Amino acid sequence: MTTTTAPPAGAQTGTPHAPGPRRRGKRSPGEGRMAAMLLSPTILVLALVIVYPLLSAVHQSLFRAESGLDADGFVSDVESFVGLANYADLFVGESGRRFLNAFANTTFFTVTTVFLETVLGLCLALAMNRAFRGRSFLRASILVPWAVPTAVSGLLWRWIFQSDGIANNLLGSEILWTAEGNASRVAVIIAEVWKTAPFIGLLVLAGMQVIPGEVYEAARIDGAGWWRQLGSITLPLVKPTLLVAVLFRMLDALRMFDLPFVLIGPGKESVETLSMLAWDESNQLRYGSASAFAVMLFLYVAVVAIVFVKVLGADVTGAKELKLLSKKTARKNRLAASQTQANTEVSDQKKAEATR
Amino acid sequence: MRQRRRTWQTLLATTASLTVAAVALTGCGGTATDAKSTPKAAAASFEGKGPINYVSNRDASGAANKTIEEWNAAHPEEKVTFIELPDSADQQRQQLIQNAQIKSDTFSVLNLDVVWTSEFAANKWILPLPADAVPTDKMIPATVNAATYRDSLVGAPYYTDGALFYFRSDLLQAAGIAAPPKTWDEMKTACKAILALPEAAGMSCYTGQFDKNEALTVNFSEAVASAGGTVVDADGKPTVNTPEAKEGLNLLVDGFKDGLFPSDAITYLEEQGRRAFQDGKLVFMRNWPFLHASLSATDGSSKVNGKFNITSIPGTDGPGVSTLGGRSLAISPFTPNKATALEFVKFFTSEEQAQKRLALSSRAPVYASLFEDPAVVAKRPFFPTLLTSLNNAQPRPKVVQYGATTKAIQEEAYAAITGAKDTDTALKDMQAKLTELTK
Repeated sequence: MTTTTAPPAGAQTGTPHAPGPRRRGKRSPGEGRMAAMLLSPTILVLALVIVYPLLSAVHQSLFRAESGLDADGFVSDVESFVGLANYADLFVGESGRRFLNAFANTTFFTVTTVFLETVLGLCLALAMNRAFRGRSFLRASILVPWAVPTAVSGLLWRWIFQSDGIANNLLGSEILWTAEGNASRVAVIIAEVWKTAPFIGLLVLAGMQVIPGEVYEAARIDGAGWWRQLGSITLPLVKPTLLVAVLFRMLDALRMFDLPFVLIGPGKESVETLSMLAWDESNQLRYGSASAFAVMLFLYVAVVAIVFVKVLGADVTGAKELKLLSKKTARKNRLAASQTQANTEVSDQKKAEATR
Repeated sequence: MRQRRRTWQTLLATTASLTVAAVALTGCGGTATDAKSTPKAAAASFEGKGPINYVSNRDASGAANKTIEEWNAAHPEEKVTFIELPDSADQQRQQLIQNAQIKSDTFSVLNLDVVWTSEFAANKWILPLPADAVPTDKMIPATVNAATYRDSLVGAPYYTDGALFYFRSDLLQAAGIAAPPKTWDEMKTACKAILALPEAAGMSCYTGQFDKNEALTVNFSEAVASAGGTVVDADGKPTVNTPEAKEGLNLLVDGFKDGLFPSDAITYLEEQGRRAFQDGKLVFMRNWPFLHASLSATDGSSKVNGKFNITSIPGTDGPGVSTLGGRSLAISPFTPNKATALEFVKFFTSEEQAQKRLALSSRAPVYASLFEDPAVVAKRPFFPTLLTSLNNAQPRPKVVQYGATTKAIQEEAYAAITGAKDTDTALKDMQAKLTELTK
């Protein structure tokens, strides 16, 4: 990626100890062990709460409970190993139809809602970035939809969209928003965009605020209009922030569950997502296929995330920025190394004296 | 240096304890899997006395708590604790099943929805009750039927519910119709006359509950039963590919097609129907008894107060067949204090206690005699009509995989009434799905 990011103020100046590369070669064996020890609690906790459930879900997805009844009408309680049969069933027959439908719905909702949210979020951020009276009030109020729990906003929108609700009143229409059909998809998209556009808006706003004013000044002097400034300065410079925001929203939208569940209701095929399908299967005590659905969803989310990071270069952890920064500053640091070392020693001494 | 060593020690200790925790947790998982594979021992005898837990949905009236307090006062050594489950029936079922699957002894006496009876009994998550446990001869037959699995009583009927047919008596009178309709055809004729009246402008004829929900299963089952069919026969085999089932489903399909139902009735649950009826938009409505109070509210919230009455739901040749709601109490095989549990169930579901609870709760008792008590009827005027409805009622399909069954019914019935499928195809597909689920 060739875009130069505006480094956060203070990153270039006044970092006494440059991170990483300078010392990488000279790590002592004890240090490595120390690092391992320090990380081990984190790794253990992650293993317990992420790796174990994941493996357990994969394991479960290879089994299927036989739902036969014996002569007395009791459930014969056998769970047999079926290999990949649960996965094969995802593409054939009735369960295959439901899976592909849910897969299509999930993808459709993710693409449409994230696109609309991004556009709307950008507009919100542009509006909030201007200096005007009541700006802080606007910023706070824009957060309200984001702060409302999804289930509650689902209920609110359900009232709005019921057959004699506000939506039909305002439009003068008689659309059955909560019945099966395209109207229910539109209802979900509207409610979802309402709820999450502020998230993108605020993240992008944060990105906009670190763009130095001089850049715009220079652009104005060069005679660039508002649109030109937007296209050549604002958008390229907020791109890293925007990409991260969009990635987060996509991962969130892919596991959408509560909004369609509350707003339209479970079991409605027009809005059934993969998460809802997995929930429904586990509710029917078919844990094997429920796990298979969940594992597929996990893989889908993982692929999307990887593609996003690799192809579009979303800088999620800030690693790239750090690398860029350290390259630039490496030489400077080497030159200044002795100086800063001396400086810190002095300041350490001072601190020690102060504590004494 | 010492500082550093201490950090090391702390870290070591933390890691070690975390490892122990991890091992312990995986160990737990292992035992659970082992337990699953061992055959379940059926405990036939009711032994063991001591404190037990009663797991139930919420009882806002406080009537159930009163019964429990009375029991606890008389049995200080065998105290009963009320464990309240979430309001959503799905979540209640999930919690009950999860506890049964890990054989937890926390839940002793379970309050089960009538439609869960077969599933819990077939999985041996509840115990068959002794024949003399409850006075079944005094109870409404349908409630006992609903608590029975393969000829053995597995639950003690607690309260019940049936459909009522609400109608606008003022409009019937204005149109000169003497008696409320008993059949769908009579209802259609009555509607034609009533909707021609100037005061009925903009009204629709009838609604039930048609959103894709458990309520649709109820309305579909009622339509099929009212036309003389069944969804699942006595042997548990699906029978929705019959002419009767087709006639039943067609009642609903044609209702939408002919404009007998308001077009937005496809999104109606109990509440939306109540609002429409209460605002004077409907002549007839199928709904549950609990609406009676809000429809007869005198504070101005109901426009139909004093202008409506109730009767049994219509059928094709005579009065229709209501499905049965309600709950029964069952005993978990995993509780150590089964003798106490059985005694408590007998006490809780006795006629005496049912009568006492009527003072607080509007839930309909399962004892037929209580419906005719003049003091009760004065307070709950819909009781005699409800009893007629209940005497004629049928349980919803009694199948082990009820969750998947009701979903298949909703799916196909919804497709038929929205016109996505024709009646024949919908019923053929429903039959195929139900056959798969009940084999």
